[in-house]
Amino acid sequence: MQTALSIAMDALAYGMALFIICIGLSLTICLMRVVNLAHGAFAMIGGYIASYAVRDLGLGYGFGIILAMIGTVIIAVPVERLLYRRIYDRSELSQVLMTIGITFCVIGITNYFFGPTLKTIPLPAELARSVDLGFRSIAGHRLFVIASGLVVAGGLWFLIERTGFGINLRAAVENAPMARTLGIRTEIIYGLSFALAIGLAAFGGVVGAEFLPIEPYYALRYMVTFLVVVSVGGAGSIPGALAACLLLGAIDVTARYLVPDFGNFFFYLAVILVVCAFPRGLMGRAQ
Amino acid sequence: MADTIKVGIIGPFSGPFALQGKNFQAGAEAWLAQNGKTVAGHDIELVYRDLPTANPQQARALAQELIVRDKVQYLGGVYFTPDAMAITPLLKQGNVPLVIFNAATSAIMTSSPLVVRTSFTLSQTTTPLGKAAVERGVKTFVSIVSDYGPGVDAEGAFKKAIAAAGGDVKEAIRIPLNTTEFSPIMQRIRDAGAQGVFAFLPSGPPTLGFVKAFSDTGLKKAGVKLFAPGDLTQESDLPALGEAAAGLITSFHYAVSHESEINKRFVAAAEKAIGAPDLVSFPAVGAYDGMFVISKMIAATAGKQDAEKAVEAVKGLGWESPRGPVKIDPETRHITQTIYLREVAKDAQGRWINKEIASVPEQKDSGLTK
Repeated sequence: MQTALSIAMDALAYGMALFIICIGLSLTICLMRVVNLAHGAFAMIGGYIASYAVRDLGLGYGFGIILAMIGTVIIAVPVERLLYRRIYDRSELSQVLMTIGITFCVIGITNYFFGPTLKTIPLPAELARSVDLGFRSIAGHRLFVIASGLVVAGGLWFLIERTGFGINLRAAVENAPMARTLGIRTEIIYGLSFALAIGLAAFGGVVGAEFLPIEPYYALRYMVTFLVVVSVGGAGSIPGALAACLLLGAIDVTARYLVPDFGNFFFYLAVILVVCAFPRGLMGRAQ
Repeated sequence: MADTIKVGIIGPFSGPFALQGKNFQAGAEAWLAQNGKTVAGHDIELVYRDLPTANPQQARALAQELIVRDKVQYLGGVYFTPDAMAITPLLKQGNVPLVIFNAATSAIMTSSPLVVRTSFTLSQTTTPLGKAAVERGVKTFVSIVSDYGPGVDAEGAFKKAIAAAGGDVKEAIRIPLNTTEFSPIMQRIRDAGAQGVFAFLPSGPPTLGFVKAFSDTGLKKAGVKLFAPGDLTQESDLPALGEAAAGLITSFHYAVSHESEINKRFVAAAEKAIGAPDLVSFPAVGAYDGMFVISKMIAATAGKQDAEKAVEAVKGLGWESPRGPVKIDPETRHITQTIYLREVAKDAQGRWINKEIASVPEQKDSGLTK
């Protein structure tokens, strides 16, 4: 029982870290109809910025997170204007080619300037401490990740369902020409959503760095995991992405405990089963 | 007139393992910087070929290209075992010896008589670890290795060493190579109730994640002892590992902090070649000694291309390496060397190092003696 609870905590933390990183990707794919394979690259950029801010400049962890999110968005905005804007209405193939190209560029640039070694983001004392939950002690950082995941999920739901921006965004997604006729500036809406998605990626990259260490090949190494989570959850659905992350996180962590020799077998088996049963993902909407 | 003798070096100079390739280059360049570019009146020219990840077909193609088009007389380098295995069948036909700077599976040496190795094997570095662990009062172990050739070698060697020393490996777990989230594994260790853990994973994100998880999940605090070959604590990762790795006991053939005059000079030259002091790691010493072996081969054959004679000439060759006294075992052509037990600790300047605490001299590759 203790072991089961213990695995459940690990699964929850891992799933939440995946959720924070992937929810932005899910939003870009569904809302903006861009298959952004470079999403992981932005998570990694966030990680590098936070690592530099906390480790080399000695700033606090919180500052590191804020700087990472702002810095990554600042880097991403010109990329969106110059590159992404050209592919919004193009075929998925061009989108995949363009974004995977961006991924390779980012890998090359990071490798050249920062070298192939791992970058860590030192945790503040409060998060590095282990917290006794009664049945086991867990690193405080994991509780922080779980809490962050919940805040992100709630915040996004509120933003999309309950605010004026959310209404405009949903309108732009449903019927862009009509939304434009009604005076909604879809370009600005798209730009802001993209910035939001990238900011979340950076946030996820930083808080998830203990699970998915920051290094130049980050984007490529975890690309499949990120895409799988989005497709299992159903693109654009916040509860779907949350469910997918928790389900896949649980299966992955449990399989790794019980049958480590099987590698990712059960993870992908689950993916195949879910995709067969729910072709649009757990909670994807009909197109 | 002096000939130019070309040496082809194959390694991961780009990609996720570029650091190891850079160390090949740093080691080779350091040797040339200290000994000059001519041997017995012949100029040496290094030709580098990039092989970013383990890829046997490409390794074979690169070696073939080096032999046929670039007309190299010697091949060196090779980071991964499968790549080395793909190259060895070409050696006889091409009349070219291969000096391995890293690839560490025992079986490579049996695949061609024209291979010489200046690195180490997992069996060689792991064997003394079992004895040392039991001597420290740790009797029951869980072994965790990455599920690939060297991992299986390490597991086998450790089990054998533990059995010989009177300890017990309760559970042997193999995990996928790309694992980076280790909490479930840590829970497995906790449930197994062993006093010690033996772990081998290749340097990089997995080792960082493993050592951190070991510390974060409270196993380290609970008094479980972690033993590993030096791959887990290669010097370039130590700044990132920091406190989490403190006190970890590893066994390896080389520590950058090894105390000797010759090592100091080697490290200075390698740092200069690699461009940054904290990037020097163990593949550099394999390359440095590899260049020494190649220079002896060139001298013995008077610059002529004769692979058999060249290899024959270095069998039994002994010298003082930056890692200590070494010798090429005439039977296996693998390097015989001192294996050190090290503990992760801070040096006088406050930098994390692998501090040598004991040495086991003249270790051959136990993986080849059945």
